[in-house]
Amino acid sequence: MNDGDQGRLLRPYGDTTGDGMVQLSFTLPMQHSKVAEGAAAQLAKKMGMDPAMVVHARPIGTGFTFFVVYGRVNHLVDVSAVRVVERDYPLLSPQEANLAIRKGLRRRLTVVGGCIGTDAHTVGIDAILNIKGFAGDKGLEYYRELRVVNLGAQLSVPQLVLRARKDKADAVLVSQVVTQRDAHILNTLEMSAAFRESYPAGSRPLLIVGGPRFDESMAEELGVDRVFSRGTTPGEVASYLVDQLVTRRSTSRAAPA
Amino acid sequence: MSSRAPQLALDDRAVEQARDLARRAGTPIVELATAHTTVAVERATLRLAGLGGADLEGTPWVNALVDAVRADVGLGHGVCLPVWDALVRGEAADLDELATKAAVGSVRFGVPTGRAAIDALSAARKQVGTGIEKLDVRRRERERMIATVGDAPSTPWIYLIVASGDIYEDIPQAQAAARAGADVIAVIRSTGQSLLDFVPEGATREGFAGTYATQENFRLMRAALDETSRELGRYVRLTNYASGLCMPEIAAMAGMERLDMMLNDSMYGTLFRDINPVRTFADQRFSRQIHARAGIIINTGEDNYLTTADAVEAAHTVTVSQLLNEFFAREAGLEDWQLGLGHAFEINPDVPDSFRMELAHALLARQLFPDAPLKWMPPTRHMTGDVFRGYLLDGFFNLAGALTGQGILLVGMMTEAVVTPWISDRDLALQNVRYVLNACGNLHEDFAPRPDGFINQRARHVLAESIELLERILGHQGGLLDAIADGTFGLMKRPADGGRGLEGVERRSEHYVNPAIDLLEAGR
Repeated sequence: MNDGDQGRLLRPYGDTTGDGMVQLSFTLPMQHSKVAEGAAAQLAKKMGMDPAMVVHARPIGTGFTFFVVYGRVNHLVDVSAVRVVERDYPLLSPQEANLAIRKGLRRRLTVVGGCIGTDAHTVGIDAILNIKGFAGDKGLEYYRELRVVNLGAQLSVPQLVLRARKDKADAVLVSQVVTQRDAHILNTLEMSAAFRESYPAGSRPLLIVGGPRFDESMAEELGVDRVFSRGTTPGEVASYLVDQLVTRRSTSRAAPA
Repeated sequence: MSSRAPQLALDDRAVEQARDLARRAGTPIVELATAHTTVAVERATLRLAGLGGADLEGTPWVNALVDAVRADVGLGHGVCLPVWDALVRGEAADLDELATKAAVGSVRFGVPTGRAAIDALSAARKQVGTGIEKLDVRRRERERMIATVGDAPSTPWIYLIVASGDIYEDIPQAQAAARAGADVIAVIRSTGQSLLDFVPEGATREGFAGTYATQENFRLMRAALDETSRELGRYVRLTNYASGLCMPEIAAMAGMERLDMMLNDSMYGTLFRDINPVRTFADQRFSRQIHARAGIIINTGEDNYLTTADAVEAAHTVTVSQLLNEFFAREAGLEDWQLGLGHAFEINPDVPDSFRMELAHALLARQLFPDAPLKWMPPTRHMTGDVFRGYLLDGFFNLAGALTGQGILLVGMMTEAVVTPWISDRDLALQNVRYVLNACGNLHEDFAPRPDGFINQRARHVLAESIELLERILGHQGGLLDAIADGTFGLMKRPADGGRGLEGVERRSEHYVNPAIDLLEAGR
């Protein structure tokens, strides 16, 4: 973020500073009519758009109408009051990450990953783990000092814990794409509880979950160390692993309490 | 259909060579499939013989009976000899009663010999034969209905998905989608069903990201779409998934409930679901024999290769898989009009000439399989959540589909990877399709790629790479099976002695009998 944005109050920008223009689309479960368009304008107004212009209305089937609304909102965005999880670790290149592990750990770092529950969508875990990577960023398999065990999809939590123990995982990565009925939340809670039970306190592997619908601020609530959301690159995950498992551990050893 | 697409300048010998290599790679797999049986093949046979239903805990009777037979005498002879031997001996009045008794362990099964074997087999053949007749009846019913209410007005057929998890929500959604213009409705299955080693029973209202495939759900949806077909004056086709550990059972149910198309891939279960390769190939063959008889169009899953690998680098893996799918399908008795071979529009839109490459790939598939109704799958990997850009990408996908004579067009949603489609997403997506088909559905008449232009060169390059890959597969000591084991496809390593469902595979004894397979093979 630009430092100049801190503490500023903003309005949405259409084509003039301060115009507050936004666009919105939605469907109302009613037949298209003048009344329906009025109803759409009413909803937009209640949402804070004033004036609200219903620019498009189209019947869908018999009992539904789709609307596009443009309009001005009077709300101000207070940038100084926004709370997000900022990256709190340095971003490393694969070479830098390899070097840090080799120097700091003197062994390869083991990462066990998979999709738990009934989730069959491996796109997330594959994007992070497979050598192919994501958005031009090579996956964790590309890192010489990382040993990657990709367990694929539809893993049960006990299977995951077992493999993590067997492979002496330093970190466990879990991807959750399916979010119907909050499956991603429930599965993650089950997973973190299983690791708490199966490892002595303070010795469990680093737990990381990722998926497009996770809120990055929920780590504590979910009982994991880190939550990664949409758009996370393998490089970010690798850098986080190095920061947590190499950099921080060696500094905490160097400075005993 | 071939006349609806521009022609590429391909070397006929290269095409022939590719097909011949696929046949050589596939032949040992067919031998492997016919040397084994699986719990799912045997259960499907019992389903054809009319055994359905489940106990109070939801364990289907076919599972109970097959497990009981297996515990007593194994499956090497098939389930039919021991089962009908028990019936002939008067252990139970019918299959239902026999399954109930078997479940509580009050029947002992044996393998009959001599006269007893002849009697058991003849009884089995009669009863399994009624299931095969049911497939025939359903097929004729479809043909009659298409003749009376009319068929989809034009190609590509417009294919839309419903996926609420609740069959009673799916039905009105499917009917609305049909009224809005869908020619084909696919009911997506609940995530995870592919790894269940049984088929759930009855109408279901709970699923994750999809609705369970059950015979009752099939029946309910087909009946609802029949009603809508009559209302609209065109037959609306219904699709489900014959994949996972219960491939042949679901195929049998689909045939008996007159589903029209089924997802059915020769290697998908192994590569993407880690199902044991022998299990997959044995299950696949029987399921395809059933589809062949039922007049069902299969849809293969090549789009999946491109969701995990780069669509430019891996383009030839799609071609190779299509050739293998074609070989296995024809071997199982499917005709070319039943081969909805899959491919997808998944090239990164930031790559220069991405659309020209998409055209080259789509035309290559079109020309290699001129009589197959190719299944054209929309972009998913590069749908980013920017719904506006996604809408444009879907427009180009539709354009490529129209221009290259694709048979089945799965309608892309701009909210792919964001939400399950909203009613407005579906409406906008159909407007997109209609605009493109209306604006340039006949553009193929004017469009001919230059013989040495980019598109022809790219198509020839992909074909050459396909031939190389097939040669590499044949270079493996154990052929295709070894190639699958060492990660030749999509980087996934799947050894023949690993994977899910292996415990459900048994080598056939020399006395193996399955009247369903005999009848299906005799009917060709």
